[in-house]
Order: sequence, then structure tokens, then C-alpha cells
Amino acid sequence: MATYHLRTPLSEEDVRRLRVGDIVYVTGIIVTARDSAHRRLLEIVESGGKPPIELRGGVIYHCGPVVEKTPTGWRVIAAGPTTSARMEIYEAEVIEKLGVRMIIGKGGMGEKTTRACREYGAVYTIFTGGAGALAANAIKEVVGVEWLDLGIPEALWIFRVEEFGPLLVAIDSYGRNIISENMARAREKRDQVVGRLVEIIKSKHNLRELGK
Amino acid sequence: MGLDDSPGASTSYNDEVINGVVEALRLAVTNLPPDVESALRKALEAEENPAARAQLEAILRNVEIARRTGRPICQDTGLIHYYVEAGVESPILPSLRGILLEATRRATKTIPLRPNTVDPIRHVNPGDNTGRGVPIIHWELVEGDRVRIHVVPKGGGSEAVSVLKLPPPGRGLEALPGIVVDAVLDAGAKPCPPTIVGVGIGGGADTALYIAKKAASLRKLGSKNPDPFLAGLEEELVNAINSLGIGVMGLGGKTTVLGVHIDYAYRHPANYPVGIVFQCWATRRALVEISPGGSIRITQ
Repeated sequence: MATYHLRTPLSEEDVRRLRVGDIVYVTGIIVTARDSAHRRLLEIVESGGKPPIELRGGVIYHCGPVVEKTPTGWRVIAAGPTTSARMEIYEAEVIEKLGVRMIIGKGGMGEKTTRACREYGAVYTIFTGGAGALAANAIKEVVGVEWLDLGIPEALWIFRVEEFGPLLVAIDSYGRNIISENMARAREKRDQVVGRLVEIIKSKHNLRELGK
Repeated sequence: MGLDDSPGASTSYNDEVINGVVEALRLAVTNLPPDVESALRKALEAEENPAARAQLEAILRNVEIARRTGRPICQDTGLIHYYVEAGVESPILPSLRGILLEATRRATKTIPLRPNTVDPIRHVNPGDNTGRGVPIIHWELVEGDRVRIHVVPKGGGSEAVSVLKLPPPGRGLEALPGIVVDAVLDAGAKPCPPTIVGVGIGGGADTALYIAKKAASLRKLGSKNPDPFLAGLEEELVNAINSLGIGVMGLGGKTTVLGVHIDYAYRHPANYPVGIVFQCWATRRALVEISPGGSIRITQ
């Protein structure tokens, strides 16, 4: 498990070096996008348009921040990751069509994203879920915001970050997905664990006794 | 009172109560309750998996930063829930609904909170965490002249993996382990484990989920279930779930749940509702107590 410090935009070489379990710190520009922003990005691509910010070699962050308006712009108060699973229906296409190299989120992503990461050279990394204050510390500036009509959580926030992390590589560009591998191991134990609990209930739970 | 009603809440005393509720919301979103923090520290001490250790260290660092800087622990400051134990003789009762609405708006602006409420039909976000049916206010009338308001800003990630099952009543309690373990497996890393799992058994379908959420979000970690059989079952469920090895953020290791909290209500012979609600590690809660003399006390 190695530690890397990367600068955006990321090259294919940058992300092909990364393996699951590695730790990454990112410096440069990251762009938030949740469900609605992903859908809009793909609609733009389909209609032959260009997204409001270049995402080739870019980093997409699954995040809906808490922000505060200041006289000169915006200040980020808290900005941890949101659950990535909701973006599974869009992400493979976003990686393919927009050339995104890194996704940051939490909770893991599925097979389609894993395949796209392998095929096009991208990684999915996780930032500690719930750690909104820690994340905000590494966000140095709000460079811009697009699509505020989607609401503050769903807008496209463009952040300048320094040493944003630790990010753990959960899906690498070689087909490994450590969260789904770990969940598969957990599922194998399911029947045994449930069976034991049912036995405990049967042996201890005597309804007539409890009724007395 | 209908879902759209929003009575006014002016007078200087009401204003004090509004500020009390705002401060409770601030405490809840910026300061992790001591029982949860100590459970996370214990989990770190016991943990051997390096990835899980690193996540727990980041969590505890984040908790410290939030407390020191007054920033929300998590950017998802949730859908605001108020559980009100309303003394029927409290003079503040008629204005309390308006007070809670105004406190929600003020807290959103001043803390600030993320404006999270969205009209599900028209996709409009009013920007102040209110709207039809929200904030969620549960009223329980109690004797006397005190009012206790449990403030729970609950995140959407843990809410998204809630489960309601109605197994055949003939299987009874024996259906429970499969339902709970499957809910935890299906939730995986999504609700930000380590979580607190609330299990509600019985009642109507809505009761099961209501008491499950209260058990997950309001009951303190380390508190013992008053029913000795359920206390034992909770412990067995914790050990069984943690033996699955899902771990912190789904990366493996010893702690997937910090606790399993069970509550129940009597049921209909034809139904055996089981509700499961997850509380993420970032448990946001605080309590506002309004005494008859008018003094306001905030605790966690």
C-alpha cells in the first residue's frame, strides 16, 4: 500500500500506477457532481455540447457541500462525500465520454464503473464518509459554481484543493474493487451467522416462560 | 393542524426558545455525543485492520476539527426531526410548532445547515429546510408543564438503507436475525459504518419504523435494554454482525456496528412488522428542556 501525491489534471499514467489499498492526496481542481449533475452532464454530451468545465483528466467528487455566501464569493463549511452508489447508473458513461480520471466518493461503486475504470484508465477513491469538516480543511477556494438551479447540494462546485485526502483507492484500473470483494466475503458468512442466531432465539426464547 | 400550516411565533420569550432550539441544532451538528465518540475510540483501540484504523483515525480527527471550529461534522446536516415530549400544561405549547419551524429556518441560515428539503413532485428546494411535512415533528403529550425536545438532524445516506419487512407471523421472532443481517449486508458501506442499527418490532408498519428510528438515533450507546431477553439478543446481534467483517466504510475489520437497539410494540395477529433504521456514525442529537419557570437547558 503506497502513498501518492497527485496534481490535476491527471494523466492515464498517473492513475495506472495506483492499486487498490493505495492512499492518494490530490492537489488542484476537483468538481462536485451528484445525481442531477451527472444526468445533466450526459445530456450535454448527447446533444453535442460541452460541459461548463473541462473534465478531461479531471476529478469528480460525489459531494453536496455546506457553503456560505461571502461578499466576494463562497466559503465551504463542510464537504464530505455522499453515497456513490446512486451515481452508478451514470458513472461509466461519464468516465468514457468525458475522460474523467478519478472519482471520489464513499460506500463503493458497482461492476459497470469497475469495467469503465479498467477500460478507460480511471480510479474510484473514497474519502472517509461523514468527515465533512476534515474535507473542508483541504478545500482552499471555491473557483466557481455552475447549475445552481439544481439547488446548493446538487450544483456543480469547482474547488481548488491542496493535499485533499487521505483518499483510499477502492477501485483501480485493473478490475479490482475492494469494497465489493469484502462484501462478497461477508455474504458468504450470512447463512452460518443467521443460523446461529435463530438457534439462540429458539433455545432462549420460551414464550410461555416470558408470559409468566 | 395541516401539513402546510405555519403559525407565527413572535414574543420575546418565544424568541428565547427559538434560540435555544437553534443552539441545540448547532450542538447536534458540530459536537458528536460523548457516548458515540467513546464507542468510536474503543473501536479504534480494538482494530487491527490498517485501512479500518486509518478511517477511524480520520473520523476522530474530523470530530475534533468540527468541535474546535464549530463546523458541521458532516456536510449532510440531514432532514431535521423533532421528537417532542410536550407537557399538556406548558404555556408554550400553542406556539411550539411555529417556534420549531422558525428555529429550523434560523439554524439553516446561521449555523449554517445544508438546505436539504426538496418537493418530491416539483423538485423545488425552498432553501430553508422547511416545506410540506418537514421538519418532521413527532408529538407525544405527557403530564405536567415541562417540554422536552429531542433534536435529530438525520443524514440521507443512512436513511436510504432503511428496511420494512412483514414476515409471516407464524415465524415470529425467528425471522428477525435474517431480516437484520440481510439489511446490514444490503446496506454494505452505504450508511457510513460503523452504524447504530435500530430494530422496531410490532405495531403497525409505520410504528415499526418509527420506534426503530428512535432506538437508533435517540437511545444512547452503552444503555442497556430494560428487557433482559432483548438486552441479550442485542448483544448477540452486535457480535454476529461484526463477525461478518464488513467493517468501517466497508473496508473490513472488527467493527461494523457500534450497537443494535431493539424496541417493540404489540402487533395485530396477522402482522409481524419489522422496521430497521440505520444511524450513521455521525450521530447528530441534542435535547432541549424547557422548565415551567421558563429556563432552557441544552444537553446531549
